[in-house]
Amino acid sequence: MNKHLVNAAVLTAIIGATAQVQAAGRDTISIVGSSTVYPFATVVAERFGRSTSFKTPKIESTGSGGGLKLFCKGVGANTPDITNASRRIKKSEYDDCQANGVTEIVEVLIGYDGIAIANSSSAPTFNMSLKDVYLGLAKDIPGPDGKLIPNPYKTWKEVNPSLPATRIEVLGPPPTSGTRDAFAELAMGGGAKGIPALKALRDLGADQEAEIKQAMAELGVPAGVYDALKEQKGKAPKGEYVFETIAYAVREDGAYIEAGENDNLIVQKLAANPDALGIFGFSFLEENGDKVHGSVIDGVSPTFDTIADGAYPVSRPLYFYIKKAHVGKIPGIQEYAIEFTSEKAMGEDGYLPEKGLIPLSDEELAKVEADVKALNTLSM
Amino acid sequence: MNSTNEGASASHSSAAIKASLKKRYARERRFQWYGRMAVLTGFVFLLVLLVDIVGKGYPAFTQQYIRVTVDFSAEQLGVAPGASEEQLAAANYLGVIKNSLRAMFPEVDSRKEKRQLYRLVSVGAEYQLRDMLLADPQLLGQTREVWLQAHSEAGSYLKGQVSAASAEADRKVKDVQMAWLDQLRAQGRTESRFNTTFFTAGDSREPEMAGIKVALYGSFFTLLVTFLIAFPIGVSAAVYLEEFAPRNRLTDLIEININNLAAVPSIVFGLLGLAVFINFFELPRSAPLVGGIVLSLMTLPTIIITSRAAIQSVSPSIREAALGVGASKLQTVFHHVLPVAMPGILTGSIIGMAQALGESAPLLMIGMVAFIMDVPAGVTDPATVLPVQIYLWADSPERGFTEKTSAAIMVLMGFLIVMNALAIYLRKRFELK
Repeated sequence: MNKHLVNAAVLTAIIGATAQVQAAGRDTISIVGSSTVYPFATVVAERFGRSTSFKTPKIESTGSGGGLKLFCKGVGANTPDITNASRRIKKSEYDDCQANGVTEIVEVLIGYDGIAIANSSSAPTFNMSLKDVYLGLAKDIPGPDGKLIPNPYKTWKEVNPSLPATRIEVLGPPPTSGTRDAFAELAMGGGAKGIPALKALRDLGADQEAEIKQAMAELGVPAGVYDALKEQKGKAPKGEYVFETIAYAVREDGAYIEAGENDNLIVQKLAANPDALGIFGFSFLEENGDKVHGSVIDGVSPTFDTIADGAYPVSRPLYFYIKKAHVGKIPGIQEYAIEFTSEKAMGEDGYLPEKGLIPLSDEELAKVEADVKALNTLSM
Repeated sequence: MNSTNEGASASHSSAAIKASLKKRYARERRFQWYGRMAVLTGFVFLLVLLVDIVGKGYPAFTQQYIRVTVDFSAEQLGVAPGASEEQLAAANYLGVIKNSLRAMFPEVDSRKEKRQLYRLVSVGAEYQLRDMLLADPQLLGQTREVWLQAHSEAGSYLKGQVSAASAEADRKVKDVQMAWLDQLRAQGRTESRFNTTFFTAGDSREPEMAGIKVALYGSFFTLLVTFLIAFPIGVSAAVYLEEFAPRNRLTDLIEININNLAAVPSIVFGLLGLAVFINFFELPRSAPLVGGIVLSLMTLPTIIITSRAAIQSVSPSIREAALGVGASKLQTVFHHVLPVAMPGILTGSIIGMAQALGESAPLLMIGMVAFIMDVPAGVTDPATVLPVQIYLWADSPERGFTEKTSAAIMVLMGFLIVMNALAIYLRKRFELK
């Protein structure tokens, strides 16, 4: 009943535990990062834990951006050793790492992932171009006079007469997701490039301020956008940045529905609603072949082979990054990376492609294996 | 109006009163029906939820096995007779399994079909054989019939969840695999058993090898820390505020703040935990210790509020009697008030703990949403908790995790029901005294 005694005991226990942890460091590899790489990294971690004497690495699914932020916070047992990313590290993140003492980073390319635009198997397969995707989903599109207007399309048939006359309704990931970033860049950006005025804007360099402003005026974009970008980047923006601001904006009138990070949920909703399209990673398409099928984009349907040889336009590379300063301090980091990049994991017949990872070509794989063995560091 | 009721009833026509009476009765009946509808609607929702979860989850409690003749010859394993334990651990068990499967279906020769054949048994089968041999090195050189776990896809066919009716391209289990499984079943080489793996293994990326042990241990350690911190502090605070603290502006302010704290979204406590305990005190990420501290912050207001209510409801005559026979204030509280209030305090604490058990949002921030295979040995080892395990499985691409998700929900709900039932039992047991 003596509360003081109990409180004191708890406090001592906590302090004791802290001291113990700080003294002992850590013997489990700590991995954070992308939810897209998570299913692959966990398979490797599991095999690694079962077949070696090292402990099974602990893998958190924090998203690519969140993972790099944690990774770049510094060196020491309280920071992760490896971060997974479904896109390449950005220059700003790299600089952040350098500033915090994480100077040596090993970049490992592990394979590719396709982003599928799929609908229910009970509905006909969509056959569209990237331009159709852009015109159907962009917030503003060039109108008849060349000026941007709010997206007027209600059905896919209005976008392209060869598409079905169903209402535009697309379930996709929220802006925090790496899948959304890649979709914006590859599908929306790729489609917008098919429109001459936007393509011209994209090709302008940072020194062509007058031309950029001219192009913006022709599109009816307020001049304030340029200044805002200039302030954000801290220098004169390239035409490409203005292009991204315009092209990557997804409509907010209810046609694009943010369905959360859970791709299984999108698959379930698609199965229940044959009129809707959904955006998610290729591995979910592969697992749910009986419920949904992927749309043909620019004449190519998303399959293992088309993503591997680069024919399918909406595919992206997957990476993980190793903190070299931790190699040798935390046991097993390099061994884990070697297991990950081995032929039996990442090779064409390896266990990762069986889980839906699109493997690297033989030359790429050989280079990655060599990089990991030598721990070659990245410089940007 | 009250005082003139009798006189009024005599002077008014009885027909008017009868009519209004009828209306009033009808109003009451209608209200009762609204109430019944409300209860029924809630019940229907609950029933739909339960039926859906149990319907999806119950197949996860059985597991399919395939009996395979395994030749543990030194030659096949690629080790010398009398090999050391280390050599045995690294032997080629996968090759042995492949050979055994090929021996059962000698007609298979194309590369593609072989791969499909190997996919009948779980990826974990090689570790199963390794553990067998390490436990009994005498097996080396012998041939045994071994029940190997079936792959989750083959298992789903054996459980009857996949049928040959759907188009072959649309399902993971191919026609040829179905034919093999039918043949094995006819030979009595398949068996369905209770799924013990589900309770004895940690997380895995293969549905048939995944279990909730890490999550159960993690939940236990987390709740232990939560209880050890929140219960003593919460009850002490409630006793002081109710029995000793003066009533003034300051205590009013404290009371308002406690009530506000109870309504703060749980993710906020997670952010606090990240900033204070992990970044400042440098406690380990993903550990039940930090999870428990964060959840205790979340549970504290609930415990304080319910404990105060329980202490308040103790009859003043008990206090007065105790003080009357010469007990000190402290003796009165600890010998007489607290024992009477205890059922209420425990009820509140258990409900608070049940809330903490079902919480996942604050744990996201402190790194407990993670893939963890090794069972934690203490509060500082990385662990995950039941709701987080459910969330992780719900997000996995493999179809086999659907049933695991629902089964884990059933286990979590089982614990919640037990905890709430315990709260009710304690209240009923002690409140009559």
